[in-house]
Amino acid sequence: MSAGPAANTHHPPPGAASADFRPDPAESGTSTPAANAQSANAGATGAVIHFAGSWRLERPLPSLDTLRATLQRHGALQQLRFDTSRLADWDSGLAAYVAALQRLCEQQGIHCELDGLPAGLRALLALTGGGQRRNAEEGIAGEHVEESRSTFVRRFGLDIIDLFRSTGEIMAFFGEGVIALRRFLHGRARFRRSELWLIIQESGADALPIVGLVSFLVGMILGYIGDQQLAQFGVRIYVADLVGLGTVIQMGALITAIVMAGRTGAAFAAQIGTMQVNEEIDALRTLGISPMEFLVLPRMLALILMTPLLAIYADLLGILGGAFVGTTIGGLTLTAYLIQTQSAIAWNHIAQGLISATVYGAIVAASGCLRGMQCGRSAAAVGQATTSAVVTAIVFITIAAAVLTILFDAVGLS
Amino acid sequence: MTAPGDMPADGAPDRDPARDGAQVQIGLRDVELRYGDTLVQRGLSFDIHRGDVFVVMGGSGCGKSTVMRCITGLLEPRAGRVLMQAVSLWELPPGRRTRLMRRNGVMYQSGALWSSMTLAENVALPLEQYTALDAAQIRDIAEYKLALVGLADYGAYYPAEISGGMRKRAGVARAMALDPDTLFFDEPSAGLDPISARRLDELILELRDSLGTTMVVISHDLDSIFAIGDDSVFLDGISKTMLATGNPRRLRDHSDIEQVRAFLNRGRERT
Repeated sequence: MSAGPAANTHHPPPGAASADFRPDPAESGTSTPAANAQSANAGATGAVIHFAGSWRLERPLPSLDTLRATLQRHGALQQLRFDTSRLADWDSGLAAYVAALQRLCEQQGIHCELDGLPAGLRALLALTGGGQRRNAEEGIAGEHVEESRSTFVRRFGLDIIDLFRSTGEIMAFFGEGVIALRRFLHGRARFRRSELWLIIQESGADALPIVGLVSFLVGMILGYIGDQQLAQFGVRIYVADLVGLGTVIQMGALITAIVMAGRTGAAFAAQIGTMQVNEEIDALRTLGISPMEFLVLPRMLALILMTPLLAIYADLLGILGGAFVGTTIGGLTLTAYLIQTQSAIAWNHIAQGLISATVYGAIVAASGCLRGMQCGRSAAAVGQATTSAVVTAIVFITIAAAVLTILFDAVGLS
Repeated sequence: MTAPGDMPADGAPDRDPARDGAQVQIGLRDVELRYGDTLVQRGLSFDIHRGDVFVVMGGSGCGKSTVMRCITGLLEPRAGRVLMQAVSLWELPPGRRTRLMRRNGVMYQSGALWSSMTLAENVALPLEQYTALDAAQIRDIAEYKLALVGLADYGAYYPAEISGGMRKRAGVARAMALDPDTLFFDEPSAGLDPISARRLDELILELRDSLGTTMVVISHDLDSIFAIGDDSVFLDGISKTMLATGNPRRLRDHSDIEQVRAFLNRGRERT
């Protein structure tokens, strides 16, 4: 049992790891001193595996596949011994290899004689109990193996079940939300007013810079593209109509909503999700405080209030962005641009924008809170909840934008 | 195997004879708990007596915390009844159930303090929600409760600013906010250094002695179990049921059941 580089001096640098398979000629009679009585009558059905070189994880290790093929070729094999006289050094790379080999032998009914291995390695192998047996004992790993072998049909079925379950959860969330809202309207909802103000500040006032910047730039882009097209017809002044109407009816609300989804909706999901992980939601429930009233309601209220206000602000900055392009590139005077904008926009346009913004705000808050409440109890789950909150919000904002456009048309608001 | 009579009823030096006549605060009757289809525990029937420190013990993952979630009203049992002062908790309409649930205080494993609020606000919240006291009175009570757990000067701190042991203590203060009949502790010594763990154990005993509150402690920490437990139930994760009830020190020395003795002797057989 020679391990370590010192015993390896005749092998100049520790060679690459190898495992040579050789039939065992000296099987019976003159076998290793430790060979037991059983192996003595194994006859020519035994073999020796010679491990040589350095078996360390940082070096390339031989694949078990070659050995597996060899074992299969020697169909009649009954016993396997190991020779490690040329082994330089080893770590768990060798241990894992032998453990896998042991499992292979177990399947094929080959007896593994471990006596030829270093004592430390034998102890390591004893610790893992020959690989599979321990898993069977705990009964857990087996289930996982089955899980990972899922077929397409199985996955499809599970997805459908998930879809039904999540639809149910959304409905339950919606229902609880309505109950919380009713309690709020009766003045019986339990939440902290100071928390509401804080959320209003964080989701409203603190969002002004980013909403302003994005709106101004989008206004400029609209203005620039509009100016290029309208200049061909010599009616550059209509840039003001294009930017004004586009922003007030749809773009202002949409930009605000998408910024809110990424900024505030994600924050809601992360906050509530983390509270779920820390058992803070359980702590509320055991006190009989509904998380729906305490956490979701103030967030819904804050966004329903703040999103329309932010949308108005976005409208103004969008128009300014258009005016900047109109006055610099389009050669219009600021007064002319603003008067033209004023004449283009009517109250019904503003109403459309504000109603849209309110709906979008509710969607962003609901998506963030829903995904936060559904969050599992791990850090990874919080990440998923956040991602899912933003995706859900944007999908539903898009759907709502389409539905609202049709509705406004139907009621004659457009 | 589930009957308390499993143990000799007499001759134990550390048994308080008055306890036999004590009133039952919480009783479980053949409770079965599942998460979805996964069985967690079944056949749970035991009584928690008023004024006791009752330990729910067992190996990791055997369902101790799940049992606590059931008794505190967070997880409905699949079968059986949970009696709180002879009222069946899960058969009440939700409104009355939450009122009964407020008679319990819970200290969660990590404290579970509301992270957006200071310690004083954490303790004050249940009072704000459920009492008619004015703001000044609530502030005084919150300060008093924090002082009870040794956090007198920490009212203005946020949970993230204090150590794990302090967070657990603050969790105890919050759990005690409404002067509950029963206090639950989920793994009080988990993640604490030996001295902090010991001080939390002492706190549990002091509070029980001074307030007469029933204490239910979820734990697998043997030092803590023997130091504070008057009565206990042993849950087994493999057979998924309870194996024994009784005083933990007596179970350690006299239990007929091998798993229970092994657990309480750290896997070593006593000589």
